[in-house]
Amino acid sequence: MSSVNTAHSVVEPTPTVKRIASAIVILYALVTMIPLAWIFLTSIKSPPDSISYPPKIVFTPTLEGYCNLFTTRTRQTPDYIQSLPSPTGTCDEITRSRNMVIAGPSNYWPRFGNSLLIAFGSTFLAVSLGTLAAYGFSRFRVPLADDLLFFILSTRMMPPIAVAIPIYLMYRQFGLSDTALGMILLYTAVNVSLAVWLLKGFIDEIPREYEEAAMIDGYTRLQAFWKVVLPQATTGIAATAIFCLIFAWNEYAFAVLLTSGSAQTAPPFIPTIIGEGGQDWPAVAAGTTIFLVPILVFTIILRKQLLRGITFGAVRK
Amino acid sequence: MLARATPVPMAARVRGLSDRAIAWLFITPTIALLLAINIFPLIWAVYLSFTNFRANRPNAEVASVGLRNYQRVLNDPDIWIAMQTTAHFVFWTILLQTLIGFALAYLIDRKFRGHAFWTTVILIPMMLSPAVVGNFWRFLYQPQIGLFNYIVSFFSGIPPSSFEMLGSVTLAPWAIIIVDTWMWTPYVMLICLAGLRSIPDYIYEAAEVDRASGWRQFWSITVPMALPFIMLAVLFRGIENFKMFDMVMLLTGGGPGSTTEVASITLKREAFESWLTGRSSAFAIILFVAVFGLANIYVKALNKVKQR
Repeated sequence: MSSVNTAHSVVEPTPTVKRIASAIVILYALVTMIPLAWIFLTSIKSPPDSISYPPKIVFTPTLEGYCNLFTTRTRQTPDYIQSLPSPTGTCDEITRSRNMVIAGPSNYWPRFGNSLLIAFGSTFLAVSLGTLAAYGFSRFRVPLADDLLFFILSTRMMPPIAVAIPIYLMYRQFGLSDTALGMILLYTAVNVSLAVWLLKGFIDEIPREYEEAAMIDGYTRLQAFWKVVLPQATTGIAATAIFCLIFAWNEYAFAVLLTSGSAQTAPPFIPTIIGEGGQDWPAVAAGTTIFLVPILVFTIILRKQLLRGITFGAVRK
Repeated sequence: MLARATPVPMAARVRGLSDRAIAWLFITPTIALLLAINIFPLIWAVYLSFTNFRANRPNAEVASVGLRNYQRVLNDPDIWIAMQTTAHFVFWTILLQTLIGFALAYLIDRKFRGHAFWTTVILIPMMLSPAVVGNFWRFLYQPQIGLFNYIVSFFSGIPPSSFEMLGSVTLAPWAIIIVDTWMWTPYVMLICLAGLRSIPDYIYEAAEVDRASGWRQFWSITVPMALPFIMLAVLFRGIENFKMFDMVMLLTGGGPGSTTEVASITLKREAFESWLTGRSSAFAIILFVAVFGLANIYVKALNKVKQR
């Protein structure tokens, strides 16, 4: 029996081993998903359901959390609410059933928009600059290349709070505090070190002969870079972009210290969502769910590049 | 062949920019940005660390205080406690993440059916925002209503309201260690997986021919061959957890008392609440030098392991 199983390769694990391995891994994966499942479930609970004990798994789903997330509300007397014309839309209805009326939109979408702008803006810049620099380091004899590369990497060892003090002062001086531009520049600077290192690995893998052949065919160095090297490096660039995007999307320390109003991103905003008497957990869960969706989608679509990206980075360094 | 290889690239070079010019053109923007947003602030922080400047009083006169800030930081027992707390976190999170991460990688490397799917599922926590997720874990840890307490009491029989994960001096550090391990074990797992995949099959085949036991193969082949990768994961997690801020801030804010006050939290308090800019800059420089020094020593050890 066992000789049949090991016929193709001596190290191929037996079915029993595989079954045990798969059972443990699946169990771990399921346990690890509990907090995430709970975030989603809480987001479709009513506030009383969300804080009932024992925790409710069976409940009537409601959009109350999402309504509370998107709006600001004021409390009114039942008599006043009775006197209003009939409610417009689900949110209005839910809000009135709690003796409140919608006063206006919340800050959630503007903060979410800031996150999008800053994350994508800084990713684009970091990957662009990183690709150029990585190509420079990969293909040309740059004086002190090793020192420069190490210097680039070492900028990541500083705790963000430590650099935040002078950056805070500098931004205040130049009017960059609480601006999207300031945050984009900052995240670009943080990400570019990773981008250079990852991309240098990817570009080193592309044979120099390709460009040399193109140049023999009459391309200039820049044309060869643009038309030959860049297309070859697409996978690496995509993997790098995801890492930069995830960092910029999730960053909190700089965001909380350097933004307070108009340029605030979602991570410092979500914990400040409060209802009457403390955090409105369904609304927080709703905000968290929406905030996590883009990253979940990215992770699933680009999982192959992701695995490559992180292992490449690991092998290189 | 020979006739074509030499003269044409020369012509190409004349038409476009020289390689030297391109190299600088490509590298300078990155270096310039890093100088402006990383190095300049760092040098400024070094300067500030020798002064009594306070960022909330920008117009007050700035005086040099020499090494006094450094002296004060190094003699401050609170800061040493924060360093110990940080070391404690780094030790336990790395230990747990390495053990669990390596075990998972080892199992996933058996390539059972659907391993790619489950690997992706396991990776999800590390893609999320520590602050946003940390904030929600605060809810899971609520003693009266939280899911975590419910599950623990369901399996252990201890009443859920009798232990407060975030409010108890003994449990709060573990509450953070649990969340950090939940988030970052996948990262260690991924790097370990890369390590395991890098071990060529023929080594195992040779061991099989020599009738080495599975246990023997594990300790004589798998562990030593994957060790550089495990050490790399430890390095990355070590550097990151030394800087740990967002998760702790959202879960406990450093409390109860100062039991979970890691270095970054102390730094934030000194810099942005007490506004002791000079002193906190000195602390920041000391931290940086410490991480930098430790990382360098560690990388030397890592290179030795790699060369074996």
